[in-house]
Amino acid sequence: MIDINAYEGTPEAEFRDFVALLKPRVMSLVVFTAFVGLWVAPVDVHPFIAFCSVLFIALGGGASGALNMWYDADIDAVMRRTQGRPIPSGRIDGSSALALGLILAGFSVMMLGLAANWFAAGFLAFTIFFYAVVYTIWLKRWTPQNIVIGGAAGAFPPMIGWACATGGISLESLLMFALVFFWTPPHFWALALFMKSDYHAAKVPMLTVTHGRPATRRHIFAYTLVLAPFAIWLGLTSVGGPVYLAASVVLNALFIHGGWQILRRSEDAAIADGYAVEKRVFKLSLNYLFLHFVALLVQNWLGAW
Amino acid sequence: MPLNAEHEIHRRRRSRNVGLGIVLVAFVALVFGLTVVKVQQGDMMEAFDHQPRVSVLPSEQPEPAR
Repeated sequence: MIDINAYEGTPEAEFRDFVALLKPRVMSLVVFTAFVGLWVAPVDVHPFIAFCSVLFIALGGGASGALNMWYDADIDAVMRRTQGRPIPSGRIDGSSALALGLILAGFSVMMLGLAANWFAAGFLAFTIFFYAVVYTIWLKRWTPQNIVIGGAAGAFPPMIGWACATGGISLESLLMFALVFFWTPPHFWALALFMKSDYHAAKVPMLTVTHGRPATRRHIFAYTLVLAPFAIWLGLTSVGGPVYLAASVVLNALFIHGGWQILRRSEDAAIADGYAVEKRVFKLSLNYLFLHFVALLVQNWLGAW
Repeated sequence: MPLNAEHEIHRRRRSRNVGLGIVLVAFVALVFGLTVVKVQQGDMMEAFDHQPRVSVLPSEQPEPAR
């Protein structure tokens, strides 16, 4: 059989390739934290408006994911972990990803403004700008603190959710921001310790590469210490209560203990047991954030202070 | 081989078209739902429609003195 393939070289993407462009796994974090931010806010929101607001926040997050993949296609092509992404694997060309990102960004901001309010919409626009331009284009390739700054973009969604309900910012939403913001560095650096990713090949300055692994261990411990007071402080505000406080104290004690164990380990000991402690702390960090926001929901249901 | 044989590429293209179709239908449903909710909540729906706006016109009858 003669098979002449006239389409060779022109990518013919499937729908799921475009979905992959929106980083659905990052989106799940955005959806959850934005929902909690919106739900625990003191203003009642109609469930359908709440649903739409969270959806548009998630779409905005997806748009910044697409813009990130468009700009980082050169890095993604070098690193093994990201080579299968739609652009480096050739299923979607860069300009399509850029177009999708820009259109979705505009769309999600407009629709959030119409569904909720324009303050929240402006906040979403700022978040997309922050992740796509300040983090991806500007700082990611320039400073080993990139994880810290990128964490800010991931920390805005609960504030946007809160703004959808209340139309503004308050201490509670700022503390939710701080919770995600200071949680991100220890979470990612714990991952970086055992996922020996080829960042050096892609010339991305990761702390493990630029300052070494012992320095990264010190940073992880330091951030767990900084994180704890903010997490507990949130329990003393109007969204907090005994259940949240109890959960937060326990989780922070565990997280600080994990950070301490990471700090005290030498690289040889870590290699000897296959990074068991680092992997455990990484898993703990996932539960840490999830359970904090679950505790906020439960506390809201039981009645906050 | 008939000319209308389906190539693997057609399957990919169809997945894109069906996906976009679902997204558009969902978007219509979303906007409709939002409209219903906003009207039920009594939000300000008055927009510029080339008519004098009732709410900014002076009331024809002054309020009776109490």
